[in-house]
Amino acid sequence: MTELVRSMTTAMRFDFDFKTYGPFLALLALIILGTLVNPAFVSEANMTNMLTRSAFIGIIAVGATFVITAGGIDLSVGSMAAFIAGIMIIIMNTLLGTLGVGWLTILTGMALSVVIGFAAGMINGLVTTRGKIEAFIVTLGTMGIYRSLVTYFADGGTLSLDFSIREIYRPIYYDAVLGIPYPVLAFALVAVAGYVVLNKTRFGRHCFAIGSNEHVAKYSAIHVNRVKTLTYVLQGICVSIATIIYVPRLGSASASTGVLWELEAIAAVIIGGTVLKGGYGRIWGTVVGAIMLTMIGNILNLTDAISNYLNGTVQGAIIIVAVLLQRGNWRRKK
Amino acid sequence: MDGNRQDQNKTILRVKGINKAFGSIQVLFGIDFDVRPGEVHALLGENGAGKSTLVKILSGYLQPTSGTIDVAGRSIELTDSSVGEDQGIVLIHQEFNLAEQLTVEENIFLGREAFRSCFLDKRLMQARSRELLQELQCDIDPDTRVQDLSVSDKQMVEIAKAISRDARVLIMDEPTAVLTTKEVKVLFRLINELKRTGVGIVYISHKLDEIEAIADRVTILRDGHHITTDRTDNLKPDDMARLMVGRGLNDMFPERPPLGGDADVVLKVDNLSVPGHVMDASLELHKGEVLGFAGLIGAGRTALMEAIVGLRERSGGKIFRHGQEACIRSLGDASDLRMAYLTKDRKGCGLLMQMQLRPNLTLLALDQYGRYLIDEERESKALSKAIEEFDIRVGDVSATAGTLSGGNQQKLLLAKIMQIDPEVIIIDEPTRGIDVGTKHQIYMFINELTRQGKSLILISSEMQEIIGLCDRVVVMRSGFVTGTLSGDEIEEHEIMRYATGLKGVERDDRISA
Repeated sequence: MTELVRSMTTAMRFDFDFKTYGPFLALLALIILGTLVNPAFVSEANMTNMLTRSAFIGIIAVGATFVITAGGIDLSVGSMAAFIAGIMIIIMNTLLGTLGVGWLTILTGMALSVVIGFAAGMINGLVTTRGKIEAFIVTLGTMGIYRSLVTYFADGGTLSLDFSIREIYRPIYYDAVLGIPYPVLAFALVAVAGYVVLNKTRFGRHCFAIGSNEHVAKYSAIHVNRVKTLTYVLQGICVSIATIIYVPRLGSASASTGVLWELEAIAAVIIGGTVLKGGYGRIWGTVVGAIMLTMIGNILNLTDAISNYLNGTVQGAIIIVAVLLQRGNWRRKK
Repeated sequence: MDGNRQDQNKTILRVKGINKAFGSIQVLFGIDFDVRPGEVHALLGENGAGKSTLVKILSGYLQPTSGTIDVAGRSIELTDSSVGEDQGIVLIHQEFNLAEQLTVEENIFLGREAFRSCFLDKRLMQARSRELLQELQCDIDPDTRVQDLSVSDKQMVEIAKAISRDARVLIMDEPTAVLTTKEVKVLFRLINELKRTGVGIVYISHKLDEIEAIADRVTILRDGHHITTDRTDNLKPDDMARLMVGRGLNDMFPERPPLGGDADVVLKVDNLSVPGHVMDASLELHKGEVLGFAGLIGAGRTALMEAIVGLRERSGGKIFRHGQEACIRSLGDASDLRMAYLTKDRKGCGLLMQMQLRPNLTLLALDQYGRYLIDEERESKALSKAIEEFDIRVGDVSATAGTLSGGNQQKLLLAKIMQIDPEVIIIDEPTRGIDVGTKHQIYMFINELTRQGKSLILISSEMQEIIGLCDRVVVMRSGFVTGTLSGDEIEEHEIMRYATGLKGVERDDRISA
């Protein structure tokens, strides 16, 4: 928070710095707009609900911030989420017989989901770095693979978690500690951890360096391939965490699970001020971006003025405006 | 002299009183320069003398702060390189301006495609390209993709492109830097051909033998000032060199005591090879020594050094530190052995231009700044210290590295590699593209480092630097070490003999790249 205050005061001193705190202004504008549209918008219930819903995309987007800062891109996260959800459900349903209906089954399922996320990220990272193939192509490929695998496992339909397990697992999405729902708590923890790792550690600094200029990174004794692969691994782990809190929400996974999540995650990252071609990333910006995307849908739900079907239009416009504002500032600096 | 006066009416391009400043730094001071049809006018000067800036002004890539430009007797303003091209002034860049993925023909006609109704007239452009290339006696197929061409063929395509634009003045910026001896001959024949057709050629180089062979007139620049313009016949190479440097070498380089003969060998390399670049190179570096590496561009010096510090694959050879065999597989291994490499490519490989000075300074030695979390306070202290120690002139410490001048960037880069406290420091072209004052400072740093007992390897293409700074000099040519000179042997002509293959180990087999 002190950092925020400091950046705000520096922004005031110079001319208006959209790049630094534009996302916060936009968020503030959205909150004011939402309140005007419907006072129920600022109710605690609605706010909690919105934050809970933004947790999936938010957690994935924190991972995406690392990948994009280091100059990469991961298009496979939506499919990967569906795939991990599917496998997790199959595993838990299978383990029911041996481990019984209880937390042991669920925890095993969760642990394995993290392992799968780790491995899936590792594959994206290794193929990109060792195979010297552009990340866009690699993750476009794995995106198709995971999507079709989950369709195959579900036999074209839906994979459902056994009802008995679902009853126990449910609270992970629906319950709260000290009034904070578990998904929001998870989101906050991932965001804080992401902030520290990206801004305070050597690994984070190396991500910035690689995204800025891979050659300079190499000539500065940075293990470029290792760091890049690690960003995809982090992304995979973030996807698995998001999946762990997503599965108890519906208790099922199908071919349509997580569709377009990759684009929402990238959108959140970009709205937050991270540079798409790498070299500059901002976790708190990403968090604001993810919340904004959910908020837009929520406001449209609360008003009759604009059809809910235009959600995508408004989101799209906001993404473009956000980037335009940030670039306007770049140019003035030069 | 009479002839000169008559010719003056016939100049194609003439500039008068050109001043150019970038911000507060003036790089050209009242330059006069002209080109006549059918002549080669050489532009000579050290790195940083202002040659490149002047030709960019001549071709419209830069606008002068003040001064006039006349083309064929008419005063015009070259507001853009396309205006220059319309006037028939074409600059062939050091780095080629070709679209690698397009074919030769598409490149030649890029931006000036021939049309029949609204479709491309492929057949006409093909025929015209073939004609042009034939004129140049160059057997490139117009359908070849540029990326598949050799460097010299790319240059031919650049020239064909220039001719297709009806060039009246062709400006060549160090065209032979990337060419082999055979390719240089082809280029010279071509230049003579162009002269006959009345094209005026501005030829930039600092190879004096080339200038003697090809130029009709020479203009010498030094530190942004016009020194002289004269017929090539009236100038001996020695005169040119003296006019280029303009000062005694003693003023520029620090006095160094001779090195004792029994100093420890801190680094020894035996028969190291880099596929395609270096064959069986060996060297010995003593404590407190400055070992120079001379040679023409492309001789394999950088490849050898990058292989030693683990930045390149090597196919054989052994490296010893203090007599012990060292296993260096990455730059990190080299750093652990207290060896540092300062790249010649400051912008591409040295500094993160969009990032601030602080992360740039500590990037190589980041593990010294906290085990898990980076101690930013310690980083800031290190930066203040480096700014003072290396005299990095920066207004605002939160500025990005890209906003520094070339000389200050170089000092920051030097500070960066010194962060690991190296004993063996390999510096590659440390004064490329920086002003004379900073050059002098860097020479003083180098001297100070050896006084502290550090050992240096200095790669330089500037002969004065090699002669003025080094205790011994290794000369390379086409991937081979051709000789090692010491004492009085370190002298320009002797070095050139080894560098050009007149002397030294006779190896005719060029390593294919």
